[in-house]
Amino acid sequence: MRIRLLPVARLFSIIALPALVAASCGGGTEPAASSTPAAVIAIDGSSTVFPISEAVAEDFGKTAGSAPVTVGFSGTGGGFKKFCRGEIAVSDASRPISTSELDACAQASIAFVELPIAYDGLAVVVNPKNTWAASMTVAELKKLWSPDAQGKITKWSQVRAGWPDKTINLYGAGTDSGTFDYFTEAIVGKAKQSRGDYTSSENDNILVQGVSGDEYALGYMGLAYYEENQGKLKLVGIDDENPANGAGAIQPSFDVVRNGTYRPLSRPLFIYVSTNALARPEVQKFAEFYLANTGTLSKEVGYVSLTDAELAMVKARLAARTPGTMFADHAAQSTKSLTELLQGRQ
Amino acid sequence: MAGDRLLQTMSILVLTLSLVALTALLYDIWSDGWSRLDWAFLTSMPSRRASSAGIYPAILGSLYVLLVTATFALPLGIGAAVYLEEYGGGGRIARLIEINIANLAGVPSIIYGLLGLGIFVRAFGWGPSILSGGATLGLLALPVVILSTREALRTVPMSAREGSYALGATKWQTIWHQVLPSALPGILTGLILAMSRAIGETAPLITIGALAYIDFTPSGVMSPFTVLPIQVYNWVSKPQVAFAENAAAGIIVLLVLLLSMNAVAIVLRDRFHKARV
Repeated sequence: MRIRLLPVARLFSIIALPALVAASCGGGTEPAASSTPAAVIAIDGSSTVFPISEAVAEDFGKTAGSAPVTVGFSGTGGGFKKFCRGEIAVSDASRPISTSELDACAQASIAFVELPIAYDGLAVVVNPKNTWAASMTVAELKKLWSPDAQGKITKWSQVRAGWPDKTINLYGAGTDSGTFDYFTEAIVGKAKQSRGDYTSSENDNILVQGVSGDEYALGYMGLAYYEENQGKLKLVGIDDENPANGAGAIQPSFDVVRNGTYRPLSRPLFIYVSTNALARPEVQKFAEFYLANTGTLSKEVGYVSLTDAELAMVKARLAARTPGTMFADHAAQSTKSLTELLQGRQ
Repeated sequence: MAGDRLLQTMSILVLTLSLVALTALLYDIWSDGWSRLDWAFLTSMPSRRASSAGIYPAILGSLYVLLVTATFALPLGIGAAVYLEEYGGGGRIARLIEINIANLAGVPSIIYGLLGLGIFVRAFGWGPSILSGGATLGLLALPVVILSTREALRTVPMSAREGSYALGATKWQTIWHQVLPSALPGILTGLILAMSRAIGETAPLITIGALAYIDFTPSGVMSPFTVLPIQVYNWVSKPQVAFAENAAAGIIVLLVLLLSMNAVAIVLRDRFHKARV
């Protein structure tokens, strides 16, 4: 048996050896600690932030003396996992870093600078023929979307007395998307808790098509997607029944997203830059370039830009390499606006 | 024979249905993407502006990854199949390996992605590189290559082997000069299937860290990369209509790449086939 195996071994060595040699040679040129070539600025994380980072990376690539930039979209959680292993220089995030992620980063001695770069707003939309649902309260939305509603709340009349006795057809984000996490946390109260009997899709175009073709439909999506499809959909005003941030129903718009009254369906977006990576001049340059251009670029890809005052404070954070997160106190997060949080750390 | 006629009618019906569905899909993609397809699209870098976006890094990335995939899967797959079919001979261990290979062929591709992330990206320290991606897809393709190679080896008649032995050839000479050449058409068919599956994979590559935006071409096997399906996925998930056209054009490029790859394999297969007859 041993002798008869030899030819097979030879076959392996003849064909597979070049591949292995190529592999080991390629590996030899890399520094052992870093998994990507040193010159590349690796970004990964939220698919919500991806369009902004992509636009910044594209323009950065056109500036003189830039370094190659790569951008992935493995999700905010996936991005932080890589970030806290030191595999990427910048993590895109559609929410502040969580406590467990803070621990993971601390264990790996990864320090970071937290930089808000834009606002995101979610929109609850209905068909243009819908004449009754001009606004809804958060409580009504919660009643409609909580897991308990599955199979029970099926008609408009069950959401608010006086609305049509017609079946309500629901459209929402796919369970892997940041939009789903955000909507469920903001409306139902707990991330990823939602009824399951609705049309879900990661592709917001499918949601737009669904709601625009169905008089009794209701859906939610990023405000950016609504802006792209204004004629086909109608916005629903949101009333969080908390006069502290604007009384009554707030009609979604870029302005109310920015001034913090469109709660709870607006949120800041972030990039987290590793302090170790900032020691590399090209990363420092990229971070500065990001903040210098996020105002125009985030608007261009459909988000709401920070105010000039906020942006100046964020730039100061980068210059001072302010470590840690502004969101360690979760209670403050829900009541304070981004401006207040930024001022608190200055 | 009423049963015969029924079966025939149903077969034709099913065939027509699947062809109609395929034609509809192709037509839809073609009408969306054809106008967008030009030389600049093939040779440009990705961009947030749909009109200036191109798929050059994705085409190169897909080709590089496939090359690495074939380098991994081909020798390992054929070697494993030759061992199991010609040497392994029905022992308990061989049977265990056989069952496992058959099971592996049905494992969801994302599992291979997690395996690749754990082994190639992290344990071997290859990072999210073309080498890791190719090796991961190589694992994915391996069961298909092994199974089809074994099928091909089985079609070589025993008399060919016995004739070779009768002339004094050793086992290895018999396999190298008689069995493998006769089985080559079948092996190539299996390879086409395996590579066709690999070229369309997205999930395992996203898992190991293939990128969605990259503004440079791969410089070698250790380079970060993106592939066509990921680029298409990226465009499909954007709200603007212009990106849907880009996605359709990207799909056409992927189809052309796939078909030309298959064409090369079919030409090779026919050539070997003729040479033997």
